Amino acid sequence: MIEVRDLVKRYGNTTAVDHLTFTVEPGRITGFLGPNGAGKSTTMRLILGLDRPSAGSALIDGRPYAELRDPLRHVGALLEARAVHGGRTAFNHLLYLAQTQGVPKRRVHEVLDLVGLGPVARKRTKGFSLGMGQRLGIAAALLADPRILILDEPVNGLDPEGIVWIRQLMKALALDGRTILVSSHLMNEMAVTADHLIVIGRGRLQADMPVDRFIAQFSNNAVLVRTPQSEQLLAAVGEQQGWEAARGAQDGRFIVTGATAAQIGELAAHRGLVLHELTPQHASLEEAFMELTREAGEFAHQGPGRAGAPAQIPGQPADGTAAPAASSAPPAPPAAPESVQEVSDGR
Amino acid sequence: MAASVSLSTAPVGGDGTGTGHAHFGRLLLAEWTKLRSVRSTYWSLIALVVAFLFFCWLIPYLTTANWSQADPSQQANLLADPIGTIMSSGQFIGQLAVAVLGVMVTASEYSTGMIRSTLLASPHRVRMLSAKSVVFASLVFVIGEVISFAGFFIGRQTFKNLLTVNLNSGDVREVVGGGLYLAMLALFSLVLGALIRHVPGAITGIVALLLVLSNVISLVPGKAGKYLYTYEPTNAGFAIMAKHVPDNFLLSPWEGYGVFAAWTAALWVLAAYLLVRRDA
Repeated sequence: MIEVRDLVKRYGNTTAVDHLTFTVEPGRITGFLGPNGAGKSTTMRLILGLDRPSAGSALIDGRPYAELRDPLRHVGALLEARAVHGGRTAFNHLLYLAQTQGVPKRRVHEVLDLVGLGPVARKRTKGFSLGMGQRLGIAAALLADPRILILDEPVNGLDPEGIVWIRQLMKALALDGRTILVSSHLMNEMAVTADHLIVIGRGRLQADMPVDRFIAQFSNNAVLVRTPQSEQLLAAVGEQQGWEAARGAQDGRFIVTGATAAQIGELAAHRGLVLHELTPQHASLEEAFMELTREAGEFAHQGPGRAGAPAQIPGQPADGTAAPAASSAPPAPPAAPESVQEVSDGR
Repeated sequence: MAASVSLSTAPVGGDGTGTGHAHFGRLLLAEWTKLRSVRSTYWSLIALVVAFLFFCWLIPYLTTANWSQADPSQQANLLADPIGTIMSSGQFIGQLAVAVLGVMVTASEYSTGMIRSTLLASPHRVRMLSAKSVVFASLVFVIGEVISFAGFFIGRQTFKNLLTVNLNSGDVREVVGGGLYLAMLALFSLVLGALIRHVPGAITGIVALLLVLSNVISLVPGKAGKYLYTYEPTNAGFAIMAKHVPDNFLLSPWEGYGVFAAWTAALWVLAAYLLVRRDA
């Protein structure tokens, strides 16, 4: 289990990770999602003890990473950045790691065969392709048979066959009861891989829920309706609780949200209205993700993070009535989105 | 699928639970694996051995060949310190190989990204730096002593028609000092690499120190110049291999070596502190 509590990482004036709190549970694949520069890699590096948090904590099985005895037996990690010396062979790279953990040499051969690098075990890694490098990283992560795996963008550089292989590997590991945290900036990849999602944007937690609920909550299930009796239909839809209709570009077209195609069809039949078209518009996970991070962007511009910028306009009460004023005259937040991006890109 | 086959078939042994730290012996073995599994180690050490032994032969050979044309002061210098004549050129050249390798042992971890794997496997950073230091300094010490004695015997053999070189008590320090100096230089360079974390920068730094600064500093006039010259770390260390320290050197050979050791220890502590403080 991984527990992240109120984790903060600042680089100068920019905040890359902003009071993150979440828990990664065993037995399922947890997708760690966010656009580029959202702070995913930084969060993983903080969990792994590579970077020092500015505040808060990240615990693995209840302890900070640095306090784990033989840490690779607890946690296997694949980092996004290259973490091998190109002049060393794949075998020797893994042998080094194995020796630090007291793992027998035969296990090195085992994981090399597992990831399909057996034939090139004695080759220097500088000649490896991106995909081979990823496989070596995965071999390193699995080396000491850890119960927790942290994988940063594992499908990067893999061919379609490799992507399927990684997916099956992660599912097998999760079925085995292991804890898996896998980051990605691709929603669709997570849709077919993850059971649970943790979404961050600009270093802040945006969502922490099962994939199904994420889709249900963040996608607008819209239905395209075409009818010659626009006014009557608009009126009928307007009477229904929670339904909304928006006029489309062409006359007689509407987008109705808050209702299924079946409900709209029944309503039309009931009122005796003619429908020419009734098409459900399924929002993909990708759209839900963009929707969420778009909101994160708007939220960021209003500035009131727990971390820093004073959210309050002088003379305004602290309760909800301040909101309209705050949005019409947003106080400039010190952590501009561009600079957060810059820090994350440099990592 | 293939993926699920050998996941659970891996009893990897050991006592993976609990806190505390891994055996230091494991870290030593692991750092040794790292050191012996890259080519730069072999090339640098081969360069050290070949250059050192070659000069231990060449200088006595040329000296003997040109003996009749040499002026009396040169002849007096040789007779005053024959071991120094045999070994000092080889030491001056050979130390560069050790310095470059020492810098690479640490700095290349950063330039390749290997440091991330290292710190994941060994998150107690001071223990990791200690293991690295012990392994590398020990290796250079052993090789340094072997080539110092080998070079001495090669030089003595080459000199045998001209003079007899004895390994009496005072001169043993000169020979043993060869290995001691190289071992301390190995540590010093390793620490410099850990501080600078950039291979070309750290190599430039150590080479500038060894070849330029250590000599230029002697041009500073007066008492200040003597202090600067004496307390410059590599000059201070080099004294361990001298029968008679230079006129502008204020300490005894062993004191000089102590100064070099103190510099190295201070920088080591600084490097350890920064290693713990800085993000990897």
